[in-house]
Amino acid sequence: MSLWRTIATRIGYGVLLLLAVLVLNFTLISVAPGDIADSIAGDMGGADAEVMDEIRARYGLDQPFFVQLWRYMSGVFTLDLGYSYFFNTPVTELVLERLPATLLLVFSSQIIAIALGTLLGVMAAKNPTGIVNVVVSFLALFGFAAPVFWTGILLIIAFVSVFPIFPVGGMQDVTVEGGFFIKALDVLYHLILPMITLSSIYLALYSRLARASMQEVLGADYVRTARAKGVPERSVLYKHALKNALGPVITVAGLQFASVISGAVVVETVFSWPGLGTLALQSILARDTPTIMGILFYSSLVVIAFNILTDIVLRLVDPRIKAG
Amino acid sequence: MSMTDPLLSVEDIVVDFQTRAGKARVLDHVSLEVESGEILGIVGESGCGKSMTALSIMGLVPDPPGRVTSGSIRLDGVELVGMDHERLRRIRGKDIGMIFQEPMSSLNPVFTVGEQIAESVRLHENASPRAAMDRAIAMLRAVEIPEAELRARAYPHQLSGGMRQRVMIAIALACRPRVLIADEPTTALDTTVQAQIFDLLQDLQSDMGTAIILITHDMGAIAELADTVAVMYAGRVVEKGTVETVLSSPQHPYTQGLITCVPHLEPDPPAERSELMEIPGVVPALTDLGRGCAFAPRCRATIDRCGVEKPALLPSEDAHLTACWVAQGGAQR
Repeated sequence: MSLWRTIATRIGYGVLLLLAVLVLNFTLISVAPGDIADSIAGDMGGADAEVMDEIRARYGLDQPFFVQLWRYMSGVFTLDLGYSYFFNTPVTELVLERLPATLLLVFSSQIIAIALGTLLGVMAAKNPTGIVNVVVSFLALFGFAAPVFWTGILLIIAFVSVFPIFPVGGMQDVTVEGGFFIKALDVLYHLILPMITLSSIYLALYSRLARASMQEVLGADYVRTARAKGVPERSVLYKHALKNALGPVITVAGLQFASVISGAVVVETVFSWPGLGTLALQSILARDTPTIMGILFYSSLVVIAFNILTDIVLRLVDPRIKAG
Repeated sequence: MSMTDPLLSVEDIVVDFQTRAGKARVLDHVSLEVESGEILGIVGESGCGKSMTALSIMGLVPDPPGRVTSGSIRLDGVELVGMDHERLRRIRGKDIGMIFQEPMSSLNPVFTVGEQIAESVRLHENASPRAAMDRAIAMLRAVEIPEAELRARAYPHQLSGGMRQRVMIAIALACRPRVLIADEPTTALDTTVQAQIFDLLQDLQSDMGTAIILITHDMGAIAELADTVAVMYAGRVVEKGTVETVLSSPQHPYTQGLITCVPHLEPDPPAERSELMEIPGVVPALTDLGRGCAFAPRCRATIDRCGVEKPALLPSEDAHLTACWVAQGGAQR
């Protein structure tokens, strides 16, 4: 019962936050120098002030700031995020077409990073003098030090050029024919390198976090109680201790989600993954304001949704966390 | 020497810890025995090896840094020292249950108390989840927790300290163990709750016939509950015998000190108050124990021999055992 109230409260806050994000984004972009008119004029090889004004009038850019903001906001409520000048497509359609690819990349890399990172953390905490501990320390050093684009490029050199095992980029091979299953396998095949690249930083983060958290929990009195009850060691680790140690990992995973999306932008560019990242890059270069705003809107929507999800998961894992 | 083995016998157990300051002999040839239906009290100051004795019986001496160097622990004649981990695990929680000092932190915060009691029943008796939960609820009733069905679904943080310690007792007794080790079960609780917990332990013990090893520094509790008592100091048993003999005629100066340390409430206090006794000094560091008696630096009645040779645990006049040169009749060899 109170769980549903928590969810409702969180969604309420989420909507408010989203509105704030929209206003902030709109203001920031209006303040930035240059607009579509400059970009179109540039493409046309220059235009006089009269033509520029005409273009601005067509896109409503001649209106006062608050009128523009009001128009934009009322559009958002009907999920009309405007029309992309550069792609000649409604922004919503454009973004929704690209969003699944980004979500696939983001979620798969997060799942890998959380699952593998936690497992490594537990194994390292269990045996502080073992090899896994060294692996975790090395991963942490590498993951924090190496920028993702560099990791991506290294992986491309290793597994595309030197050992041609994986495709260089993209999400699908158009020449592959077959049913849904074959196509899905093909996407998975293309997904592997970008997924590894994006998960590398977070694997480092979560494995260190899980190790520290587990080390602390393993010294707790209730772990001794579990052993005194005759609980098998595996169950002591993965049931009694881990459920307590997961809190920090889940919390940080939730906080990091926004940074994962920005990481995805870089990774998508390196691997020409057809997601929001590549779209963002193209629309920024084209000064395609409605598309940029649309991407920001949907990204914040995803981040806020994921944070609500994190809160729910945390509550399910730890009964001490109360609604707030 | 009795003809039959006692239910649980600890014989000459030695536990060493590797510390930064060197090797520490945490338990030095400790021997104890407890029979079915009997309560053995272990008393001593903090750091004298009471809890480590309990952990070594459970096979839970943290290793590293600790290690059971030598000795023997037998439950019904079955040797526990060096037993393989899997067999020992099956004995823990089933044949030997344990209650810890801190009810606040000894229960897992993320599982319901019912689940935590039911778990050991599932583990040791192959019970179905339903049957295990029924047993858990029955155990909650046995430890006198009201509304047991409701409480079984509560998390530890929703219960008071006394309630939690009752839950710990329910966990420890869920599989009807033959030996229950209670490591300072009431230290963290209010005085009134302490009395309730002791009453509960006594009732359950007479119902189930469980042998209890009660670790405490509360001499009053020992006098009230225990049948036999072992006094520990710096990792050694310094005095051992029935409660009557040890408390009425303590031979070791440390035991004498512990007994006189207990404050008494008098209904009609004399105008001139007697001073509360204390044992001067502190428990020595286990890494630099000398050749002699570890208590000698704090002792009021030392003789030359105390500083050079450790006294053995030998029978004194009224047949209880004491490790004290003075009590054993002084300097003669």
